[in-house]
Amino acid sequence: MKLNELTLKKAIDLIDKKEVALKDIYRDINEKMEEDSKKLNIYLSLDKTAEKKAEEQKNKPLRGLPIAVKDNFLTVGLPTTASAKILDGFMPPYESTVTKRLKSAGGIVIGKTNMDAWAHGSSTETSDFGPTKNPRNPDYLPGGSSGGSAAAVADNMTITAIGSETAGSIRQPAAWCGVVGLKPTYGRTSRYGVVAMGSSLDSPGPLTKTVEDSAVLLNIIAGRDENDATTSPLSVPDYTKNLKKGVKGMRIGICYIDNPKIKGTEAAISIEKAGKILESLGAKVDMVLTSHHLEKGKILNHEHAISVYTIVQRAEVSSNLSRYDGVRYGKDRSFFGHEAKNRIMLGVFGLSSSVSQEELVYEYAQKVRSLYITNFKELFSRYDVLISPTSPSYALPLGATSGDAMFGELQDMLVEPSSLAGNCGISVPCGYNSKTNLYLGLNIMGDYFNEEKILQVASAYEEATTWNSWLKKI
Amino acid sequence: MVKISNDLVKHMSRLARIPISDAEEKELAKGFNKTLEVIDNLFKVDVKGVEPTHQVTGLENVLREDIVDDKKMLTQEQALSNTKNKHNGYFVVDQILAED
Repeated sequence: MKLNELTLKKAIDLIDKKEVALKDIYRDINEKMEEDSKKLNIYLSLDKTAEKKAEEQKNKPLRGLPIAVKDNFLTVGLPTTASAKILDGFMPPYESTVTKRLKSAGGIVIGKTNMDAWAHGSSTETSDFGPTKNPRNPDYLPGGSSGGSAAAVADNMTITAIGSETAGSIRQPAAWCGVVGLKPTYGRTSRYGVVAMGSSLDSPGPLTKTVEDSAVLLNIIAGRDENDATTSPLSVPDYTKNLKKGVKGMRIGICYIDNPKIKGTEAAISIEKAGKILESLGAKVDMVLTSHHLEKGKILNHEHAISVYTIVQRAEVSSNLSRYDGVRYGKDRSFFGHEAKNRIMLGVFGLSSSVSQEELVYEYAQKVRSLYITNFKELFSRYDVLISPTSPSYALPLGATSGDAMFGELQDMLVEPSSLAGNCGISVPCGYNSKTNLYLGLNIMGDYFNEEKILQVASAYEEATTWNSWLKKI
Repeated sequence: MVKISNDLVKHMSRLARIPISDAEEKELAKGFNKTLEVIDNLFKVDVKGVEPTHQVTGLENVLREDIVDDKKMLTQEQALSNTKNKHNGYFVVDQILAED
């Protein structure tokens, strides 16, 4: 086995036992990069001094191991573009909180990964620097917007990675690339120094080979940050401590698979099977029916969430992207790509046009958003976690986004409701097609700041099944 | 729901300060109308008496002492490090007021 295939936890253990040398891990990663970089277009920039820096970090928690970071995190010394031409050549004068914490813990940012430009998409095909291809099958999309980070993990071009999610951007590429992706509760991880997209939604989080690796990284990046007033003052537990506690006695609800568009699909069937597995592990598993209006014990139809998300996210985009005026940094506004123009202008519409004489489209959408929050609060009083497919399908082929203004929204429809409500979620591999070598994802959603619980369920499921390609090998 | 005309697109591009060509104007209008069709179901939801969301996890009035912390400040050199438009240590901006 090549050392670039090690999980984060395993790499730490083997370094501690002196069975593996850090330099050999870097050697195998560098080899993999040389082999696959041109084919897959995963990294936008690399730190050539990574290996040298790593040796000095050997005694810290992350042992100098490499971490691939999505290109919307500001990193001093490495360019940050958010895959947008406007920011081509931008060198950040300060560091994002997430990467600062990773570096203090001995992590090495080996490179910055490709994404949909400004994180506006779910394919990594709309990067201004060309699409990333899915390492599991290069004819297919990796998903997005954190597609580069998911692909770096899937291809073993790193030991582990960081991405960010607004609605689906960690979990959907994790599902499509057959890796683990955790979107923390809004405010659990800091947005400081992340190129802003939807400020009321953005959540940085890990993309990893195993559930345990996600717990290890979340331990480091979670917590209050005085530079982001929306981070929670709640204390951060050790997410690895109760990871293997199991699901005995947990109440689990299966969502969305009664929807006519989802019912009977491979994604839906894989979730039913996942429900049976969790039941066999001692959980009490129920089907949660979908409702078109707010109803106790039922889940509100995801279709309204697509609409709320479309309005809220684009409004916040139009506000956040107003800072790109080409004066203080970057190029001027004529360099925005088609999708950014589309989103900014639709955002302007939501903030300036009215549903009725008194009410802006944006305000109306925020009211419907409140219904989703009420809905999840009530459901989490009945259930410990809710599960659903992460994406309605396997990865789609390259080119699938072309001409579809709503591509991302439709790919992410099953994670949008919980993202709007700010809940946490994790996607783990739960199905595999041997013909295409592609994966499906199981989305496990939890109440606010209940990351510990979704990690426990994910870990129990991962151990009871054979979908995780790294656990098979070890 | 409103239909988005080419004129409205022109107006929106002005509000957003994004220059667009005539061809783009038509294409964007088409995309917007398609999007509005998809999200039209939103306006059928009953939201009578519902408060709009302000902050999802319920944080309120997060304040800090109003003191200068120079660790959080960029130096003049850092602040100017990413612009091509500078003059004597200042940013050069477009003129917005003209003599007439």
